[in-house]
Amino acid sequence: MSESAITLYRLQACPFCERVVRALDEHGLEYRSRYIEPMHSERTVVKRLTGKRTVPAIVDESTGVTMSESGNIVEYLDRTYGDGGEGS
Amino acid sequence: MDLPFDVVDLPAPDPPAEGEVAPDFERPLVGTEYWEDAALSELTAEGPVALVFYTMDGAFPATYIWNEIRDRGWGQEVAPEVTVVGLSISSPYEHKDLIAEREMDYRLFSDPANGVAESYGIVHDLDGMAGVAEPRPAVFVLDEERVVQYAWAASEWPEFPDYDAVEATLEAL
Repeated sequence: MSESAITLYRLQACPFCERVVRALDEHGLEYRSRYIEPMHSERTVVKRLTGKRTVPAIVDESTGVTMSESGNIVEYLDRTYGDGGEGS
Repeated sequence: MDLPFDVVDLPAPDPPAEGEVAPDFERPLVGTEYWEDAALSELTAEGPVALVFYTMDGAFPATYIWNEIRDRGWGQEVAPEVTVVGLSISSPYEHKDLIAEREMDYRLFSDPANGVAESYGIVHDLDGMAGVAEPRPAVFVLDEERVVQYAWAASEWPEFPDYDAVEATLEAL
């Protein structure tokens, strides 16, 4: 329950989620982790947020962005918080 | 319980007493949809908290305690300004199942290494489960500064909270 702008919805041991964690760390971004259960039927919270049941998913309150799919998220983080990015 | 034999006495606990500040801690806090790290002090910052230590989730006292609290409506119909949270050594996955099975609107801290029970002086080494310790059943009612308003820890095994006494404290806050 930290005050971070970025919330990461993740599964324990999910490599796609760890990929996003690595990108967040590379950009020195604070984030809060919310873990969900692996069963697709239990992924109500991400379905409600993103319309899909896939993780990782992030909510970035500082930009109003909610998105899923690790490739998209890493690209978004690079674009927004990388060198020359709008948030850097 | 009224049993025709002596129940097992536990060694004297050493919990924070009424008027003392309860130890803070941060652990995964499990709700119906997800879990995330949360500190006890973040909960008390928003209002009084009833912190309920209980046995691992599969044991019958877990069922009894949460059925009773749910049916009494603590933190809901009774003392709605109070946040009621539980803590056991069970994993977040087990907590999610317990919350669903009991149909309870309460969040549960997960503390598999039992460090919180150690800091509260209420460790119970389980006989016949080598290497496993958990909190003994205990209830602490805390105000917004984490000052203990009510403290109880089991002195027998098993022993259940005095629900009426806890409820009187909650209603008097």
